[in-house]
Amino acid sequence: MRSVIGWAAACAALVSSSVSLAADTAPDQVRFEENAVTATLTGLAGDPDAGAKAFVDRKLGNCLACHAVKSLSKEQFHGDVAPPLDGVAERWSPAQLRAIVADSKAVFGPDTVMPGFYSLKVGINVRKDLVGKTILTAQQVEDVVAYLATLKD
Amino acid sequence: MSDRRGRRLAERCHVKRLSWAIALAAAAGPGMVVLAADGPVDDQLVIDGREMITRTMAPAGHPLPEVLSGWLFREAETRATEADSFANPGMLAVERGEELWNTVDGSAGKSCTSCHGNAADSMKTVGANYPKWDAAAAKPVNVELQINKCRVAQMGAEAYGFDAPDQLALTAYVKHQALGTPMHLDLAAGDMQSWWDKGKAVYYTRMGQLNLACASCHEASTGKYIRADHLSQGQVNGFPTYRFNTGGMVSLHNRFRGCIRDTRAEMPKAFSDELLALEVYVTWRGTGLSVETPAVRQ
Ligand code: HEC
Ligand code: HEC
Repeated sequence: MRSVIGWAAACAALVSSSVSLAADTAPDQVRFEENAVTATLTGLAGDPDAGAKAFVDRKLGNCLACHAVKSLSKEQFHGDVAPPLDGVAERWSPAQLRAIVADSKAVFGPDTVMPGFYSLKVGINVRKDLVGKTILTAQQVEDVVAYLATLKD
Repeated sequence: MSDRRGRRLAERCHVKRLSWAIALAAAAGPGMVVLAADGPVDDQLVIDGREMITRTMAPAGHPLPEVLSGWLFREAETRATEADSFANPGMLAVERGEELWNTVDGSAGKSCTSCHGNAADSMKTVGANYPKWDAAAAKPVNVELQINKCRVAQMGAEAYGFDAPDQLALTAYVKHQALGTPMHLDLAAGDMQSWWDKGKAVYYTRMGQLNLACASCHEASTGKYIRADHLSQGQVNGFPTYRFNTGGMVSLHNRFRGCIRDTRAEMPKAFSDELLALEVYVTWRGTGLSVETPAVRQ
């Protein structure tokens, strides 16, 4: 009995990890070409609503810390460290937005203040429990990019 | 606009004159513009009739043209609370510090007064010149560590633990004696220069998962809002400061650690070489600013 449960659990773990991981591009395998990442990181479409949530969530994107967005005016405290993102989809293609979110330094250069949300090129002394982890998952990046693509003014 | 107002309210809500804030919010109404300066304000800080130097020309070699006190970046109510030493809740810690100054402690039967007499005379400018080179320890000491040295070596008392209420109070008391005195470090003493170099390296090193350096926020983004916080130059001249958020005193190394935590990096220990070096360098970055201890912050 025990072994059956154990086997079932192991199998479930295997299935779920292979579903999410097999398709995900690892952070160091993301291909930047001319300020763009053409291929999706997951093979799945992003969900703009989930993206808006990850965008706002202080533990995830926390993008509002630095950027303001008019359509999110019900949220308090938009920062102005960075340009407002209204109409950002007119300025950048989805492939470029994916590059900016995954690793802003690949697009804006090493001096940008913006963190790389799917990059392991990070600062020194990373908090122990976060070593080797990206700020957003591949799917969250796709979701945020899908959300940004809706910001057409 | 409404986010700006929210910010102002958040900062004000902790202030005593809450009813005034509510009245103002009601008068302003939704969608109305409430003035909020984006950069440092144009205002003068006078405490107990004494004018503070809150902006001054930067020392040679400084990356910025002007050094600015954090006071210039706070909302009007917070600024007013600091300007009024009766309203400033940090003065309670200073009063407690005065008591400690005069209290005998330890096996030698001494108080601070036994060696230093009246602090208003003996400590008149001292707080403006720390960290200082400590030849015996062959490293810089800050006010907290100097107090601990005196307690152990002169008084036969125990060193205060980091952020013990008495450490905060006595440090605030000593620094408050130098209120108004421009900060100035002697970098020619001992090996201070190499600690300055080391502190500078830390200041510009990107850390944590968010990959930010002190300079990312306090040099590149000064004057900007990061969420509800208005970024200042990250000056040290008001420490220990009183914070409405926590309703208590905050030491400098606690603030350093908080900023480092926010980059999602491991925090160095208080009084570690890394943070002492940072204290030397960041104090130098504020050369010429008046000591404002206890400053009032959101
Ligand atoms: C700590 C500050 C900070 C955070 C947090 C941040 N950004 Fe940025 N971002 C910047 C800065 C600064 C720029 C401008 C480029 C530059 O000057 O380096 C920028 C630029 C951008 C641009 C291009 C804007 C344009 O109009 O050209 C996009 C898109 C963007 N960020 C998306 C995001 C998203 C999505 C998040 C959260 C997942 C985010 N940013 C989080 C600082 C930040
Ligand atoms: C993610 C942004 C960020 C980073 C990185 C950062 N800080 Fe801060 N710091 C803040 C904010 C926000 C405040 C509160 C508002 C203000 O005074 O700027 C603050 C406040 C301070 C203060 C208090 C200033 C005052 O007048 O009360 C000091 C000192 C300080 N920081 C030093 C540092 C040092 C040194 C580092 C690097 C180890 C650092 N900060 C890194 C965001 C940051």
